[in-house]
Amino acid sequence: MNPPLLQIQDMTKRFGGFTALDQVTIEIARGARFGLIGPNGSGKTTLINCVSGVLAPDGGTIRFDGTDITTLKAHRRTRLGIARGFQIPKPFASMTVRENLAVPLEYAAGARIGPGIEDEVGEILAMVGLEEKAEANAAGLTQIEMRKLELARALAAKPVLLISDEAMAGLSSTEVDDILAILLILNERGITVIMIEHIMRAVMRFSERIAVLDAGRKIAEGTPEEILRDAGVERAYLGE
Amino acid sequence: MAAKAFWPVAIALILAAIGLTQLLANEYYFFAAYVVLQFVVLATAWNILGGYTGYVNFGSAAFFAVGAYCSVALIKAFDAPLPVLILAAGAVSGLIGLATGYLTLRLKGVYFAIATLALAIVLETFITNWDFVGGASGTFVLRPKEVWLFDSYIKFLFAVMMVLAVAAVGIARSIERSKLGRGLAAIRDDEVAAECMGVPTLRLKLLATTISGTLMGVAGAPYPYYVTYLDPLSAFNLSYAVNAIAMPMIGGTMTWLGPVVGALLLGTAQQVATVTISSELNLLIVGVMLVGFVILAPEGIVGLVRKTIRRGRRR
Repeated sequence: MNPPLLQIQDMTKRFGGFTALDQVTIEIARGARFGLIGPNGSGKTTLINCVSGVLAPDGGTIRFDGTDITTLKAHRRTRLGIARGFQIPKPFASMTVRENLAVPLEYAAGARIGPGIEDEVGEILAMVGLEEKAEANAAGLTQIEMRKLELARALAAKPVLLISDEAMAGLSSTEVDDILAILLILNERGITVIMIEHIMRAVMRFSERIAVLDAGRKIAEGTPEEILRDAGVERAYLGE
Repeated sequence: MAAKAFWPVAIALILAAIGLTQLLANEYYFFAAYVVLQFVVLATAWNILGGYTGYVNFGSAAFFAVGAYCSVALIKAFDAPLPVLILAAGAVSGLIGLATGYLTLRLKGVYFAIATLALAIVLETFITNWDFVGGASGTFVLRPKEVWLFDSYIKFLFAVMMVLAVAAVGIARSIERSKLGRGLAAIRDDEVAAECMGVPTLRLKLLATTISGTLMGVAGAPYPYYVTYLDPLSAFNLSYAVNAIAMPMIGGTMTWLGPVVGALLLGTAQQVATVTISSELNLLIVGVMLVGFVILAPEGIVGLVRKTIRRGRRR
């Protein structure tokens, strides 16, 4: 059997005296739809920052496609195929939407500027529903458009593993459905997706497996049904 | 400017500059224009790191002075010709740019600016204590007596600086339109996002400090021949650093045209004020204009013009 696409082993991260991640171990199979949930401050984004290379972990290893990437720089990981969106959108504010996508296309996907890249940009923008905004300045987008841009930019990196960090926060329920549909299409095309989300309806519907973090520890992992029945998860969310 | 027109216009400018040196007898105009062109190079060089990449270098004077002192050392040691001086000054300043990058690019914002200012002080102390190039009391540099094609050495230096200015602007313009330029802009907008989108941020920042440092050193290389007497206080003068920042800010930092417009405007204003009012008034002019532009037109003259054109089209 093939090794899992992503193996996070005993991941530990401390900020001063605060332990944000405490020996978290998660394996994600190739082609999976994986949900990551947990109360605010439970370490979801810290874990993603360690996986994408924004933060250096204090302990543990990360293997991607069988190779150890624990000490690899973020841009090298993106080139290998790990792309992420940010919880708080970080658009390249001085550029147009089109130029925002050109950066990962050129630097991560390795495409050269030319007719090819224009087609790619058009296709990705059409997919997330931003084609009308291609020439708009990224700084002038609405919150919702910025979230779509965040997703589009991650797609432009041509990911093998897409990490969506609260891509749906603040969206209306039809917009949530739109984004879910996009992620499902991507998954059908073979992209492994990790979804961090507070909107339970979305995570439960989307994920095949879910891991739950609480105070930096993984307290449960299983199918959505198993997670819903788990007493520990209920305690973490609702208290005793 | 239309994309294809740039290089023909650039070459025409150089030819026109050489033509002027043959027609116009009064040396003063070339003496003044040299300084303006020198600022075009400095402002353009600063903008590659400051405008494109978003890292404010307060130590421009140091890179400029290193270029000038590199020339002094080579003139004293080998009596090296000007093209060699320019290449060597560019190489040394570029290396210092690279080293500065390695030491300081983990710093951001105001801390990076302070670090570059500190670098300037360290280098000035070093030059002040290096007797071979004149130490604290400075040194005289003799110009070559004759130069081919030109009837005066100042006219020749003016033509050389014109070539350097056109080359610097050409380099900045190519960077702006390249993959490198888009990577630098991504770093300026959001460094974490840039890194996560596959941009090798450290490598690109080092490239930017190296190119920027090289061009500043190149601007300083002919300077000893221009002044004929060079001392650390004037070579490391803070006014270079201030001008190198103010000119792109006033012209606009987003495009290659901004530093050119800013340098031409501010440089000329200072030259005129030096003759007509007082030679002490230079920095006051810079200061007042900088404050005015930061408040009224934060995107500089180029940004202001673009905005006006866009508004006009909408109507």
